[in-house]
Amino acid sequence: MDSGATAWILTSSALVLLMTPGLALFYGGMVRGKNILAMLLKNYIAMGVITIVWTLIGGSLAFGHLIGGSALEISGTTILGNLDYFGLRGIDLPGTESIVGGIPNSAFMMFQLMFAIITPALIVGAVAERMKFGAWTLFIILWSIVVYVPLATAVWGGGYIGENLGALDFAGGLVVHINAGVAALVLAIMIGPRLGYGTSAIRPHSLPLTLIGAGLLWFGWFGFNAGSALAADQAAADAFMATQVAAGTAATVWLLVEKMVQGHATTLGFASGAVAGLVAITPAAGFVDPLGALVIGAVAGVVCFYALRLKAIFKFDDSLDVVAVHLVGGIIGSVLLGVLAVGDVAGGSQLVKQVIAVVITIVWTGALTAILALLIDKCIGLRVTEEEERQGLDISLHNEQGYLLTE
Amino acid sequence: MKLVLAYVNPYRVDDIVEAVKNTEISGLTVVEAQGFGRQAGHEEIYRGAEYEVDLVQKVRIEILIDDIMAPETMSMIEEVVHTGSIGDGKVLILDVEDVVRIRTGERGEDAV
Repeated sequence: MDSGATAWILTSSALVLLMTPGLALFYGGMVRGKNILAMLLKNYIAMGVITIVWTLIGGSLAFGHLIGGSALEISGTTILGNLDYFGLRGIDLPGTESIVGGIPNSAFMMFQLMFAIITPALIVGAVAERMKFGAWTLFIILWSIVVYVPLATAVWGGGYIGENLGALDFAGGLVVHINAGVAALVLAIMIGPRLGYGTSAIRPHSLPLTLIGAGLLWFGWFGFNAGSALAADQAAADAFMATQVAAGTAATVWLLVEKMVQGHATTLGFASGAVAGLVAITPAAGFVDPLGALVIGAVAGVVCFYALRLKAIFKFDDSLDVVAVHLVGGIIGSVLLGVLAVGDVAGGSQLVKQVIAVVITIVWTGALTAILALLIDKCIGLRVTEEEERQGLDISLHNEQGYLLTE
Repeated sequence: MKLVLAYVNPYRVDDIVEAVKNTEISGLTVVEAQGFGRQAGHEEIYRGAEYEVDLVQKVRIEILIDDIMAPETMSMIEEVVHTGSIGDGKVLILDVEDVVRIRTGERGEDAV
């Protein structure tokens, strides 16, 4: 047992968990005041139901084969884990394999759970202010089993992308950000634009909340990226440094571009740039040096800013820009990693592998998310009624109000 | 008795309060408001998306006053707030039928 590594992974798990409340505030500030609670709860609910899903079957389905028993394989390629560890029982008993030498399997499973929680939560920005709570909850439960778990196995569980193809994803550029970004794109298109989108001013109601959320995300991201070294070692420290460099650079560059193009440097711009930089460095954090991280951050700051225009060009209401920040940012990091990686993994063919991995992820998630969303729409409907949407989801869905003006 | 109502920019409130404190006027009420007039709306940009904001933030200042002082109160607000630019606002005077000071039960002019 490596007590240093174990302590760091447990700490990182708590840090990554904190990102989901951070995300909730980041998104919550950007919706109108009548939808703040509905937005917060659609994030927080992931901490509830995904915990249950992961404990019962998700953890074992994704990584059970690395502990014991066999994997589900198709012609020698690992597709999925197993159900030998239903309820995560016995994962540290004598005779089990240690997934990461030196740390308990329970620590690894909790660390991975926090990723499984935040990934579907990221998607909710695309369907803000108009999706039913029940449909959302059902969607993330099914999506985490059908889409997330197999992708986690494919990338980190000895599956096709990580093992056979040899693509790299240090902390979740593919598994978390491209995955969530593609799902967001599909859902935004399927659920349709908000009432009044494009005609009335649907503005962020509290940018201070958004800035607090961005700060919590940034803080938690050190667990996300440096924790993904799965050790308290040089790689963890490198990833920590790359994370800070990319986030600071992207936030600064975004502000500069914004000032030049639109005339004002804004708080929302700083927060957006920071998150875009954090997303972009995620797949590359342990593989690039500080200057590589600076380049990735700078590219993310510029490209993600211009990617905001995609939704106007293609006419979909990705309400809180999950596509521009997470899909585009995730692609930037996953691809640039093929060019900027240093050390053992540097090499000419890595770029090609990275591009193939990105394409596989987009196709996988895009197709399955569309099928899931279609099924849920047919069964219970994705969207609230017009009247509920006008009234605001806080009152119409949850019978609560975020802000009371007196008392 | 009159009620003087002034619809002005929020950042003029402190100036009006200062001016009122130097008179015999015993109090005023400030109400946050939104609206549009000749100034119309303005444009705000969030993450590159431009939004036409129709309603502008304003405040409505309410001053209850006796008949004689109403015109000079109106002029005072006008002087304090006037910049000559669009959006300066409006001041108006309404008749008040009756008033009661709840604490003492005084009515009419005595309650102003």
